[in-house]
Amino acid sequence: MTTPNTSPGIDLDDTTRAELERAGVIVSKVDYLYNWARGGSVWPLTFGLACCAIEMIASATSRFDISRFGSEVFRPTPRQADLMIVSGTVTKKMAPQVVRIFNQMPEPKWVIAMGACAISGGPFKQGYNVLKGIDRYIPVDVYLPGCPPRPEAVLQSLNYLQEKIRTQDIKSDPAFTKGRRQYPVPEFTGTDLEPPYNPEVWQPPANPNVKPLEEEATA
Amino acid sequence: MSELSHEPVLQPFPDAEWDEAAGAIIAPLGQALALAEWLRDDDAFLLDYCSNVTGVDYLEREVKEKVTKEDGAVETVTRTEPSRMDVVYHLYSMQKQTGPLVLKQRTNREKPEVESLTPVWRSCELQEREVFDLFGVNFMGHPDQRRILMWDEFEGHPMRKDYTEPFDYEWEPTPHDEILDKHQRGKVIV
Repeated sequence: MTTPNTSPGIDLDDTTRAELERAGVIVSKVDYLYNWARGGSVWPLTFGLACCAIEMIASATSRFDISRFGSEVFRPTPRQADLMIVSGTVTKKMAPQVVRIFNQMPEPKWVIAMGACAISGGPFKQGYNVLKGIDRYIPVDVYLPGCPPRPEAVLQSLNYLQEKIRTQDIKSDPAFTKGRRQYPVPEFTGTDLEPPYNPEVWQPPANPNVKPLEEEATA
Repeated sequence: MSELSHEPVLQPFPDAEWDEAAGAIIAPLGQALALAEWLRDDDAFLLDYCSNVTGVDYLEREVKEKVTKEDGAVETVTRTEPSRMDVVYHLYSMQKQTGPLVLKQRTNREKPEVESLTPVWRSCELQEREVFDLFGVNFMGHPDQRRILMWDEFEGHPMRKDYTEPFDYEWEPTPHDEILDKHQRGKVIV
């Protein structure tokens, strides 16, 4: 894997760096070291919602072994976890709890939306009781498609997340500058959740076939 | 199908009906709890385990039946079957290793009310709550009747056939069937 975020600010080409390393000298940035350490110790939350959770659990077993990538410690409490794998169908009844658990996680924190349901509602998308994607309420870092995704895919999504972590900048990343990100927990109403989505993290897609209401009224 | 005969039930409960097509005993009105207790305790049955409770919603519908007349001619007759709501119990005996025996409670759709059998079989509790949640059937004598799958504030009973779900269609590229109808109606995009 390439190692981004190593050269800016340090004018060293790869040959010089390799030469120095042979002499026992490592030149690096704090960002790089910090991200390298964090990327190699992403602790996921023990948290499953549906059938995808079984695949997530399988990725922790010896056959697939997520600990090869530094994520072996599934934490039983959100207060010690870095990564939330939203594994499975998020029903509207469960959605406020998912947001609440996300709020309880300390920074820096990441989210993987695992499986078709967590991404968009999947086969239940137009139903009355399933949330049309968890990205409506919390920011998602990696979307992992599949129904359910294989454990190998879970490992790959972790790799993508680690790549993303390696490009983070300690000075400017919101995870470090804004304090703990917390998002409003939706409330139950008679038919749906209120609000139906958090405009701060998600906006509804435009329907290319339908004009907005105002246009139609004037036409 | 069950190897259990329904015949012994008709002795103490002559008003109980036997639905041949469904293979179910229909409990007489107001005697469901007594019948259930009897089924559990009677030596012929000893049905000590209730494995499944569910509801069935029947709208008013037209049924076509073939009737053989006196002269031997077969005629198709259409009749209207009134709407109703059924609550179905599947009972087994762990002691005798027999079952299932299907027990039904019949009620109307407008104000559905049946007797709770939770006092007889504890395993009915959550499943009767589910039937209450999704079909809106009231279980008289249930110790803790509230919604179980949907949230408490939810309005309506989604498994009833006349339930209309809230319109919250979100645009998708390849709509089909009911989703296509929603797509063509789709003015609200959330």
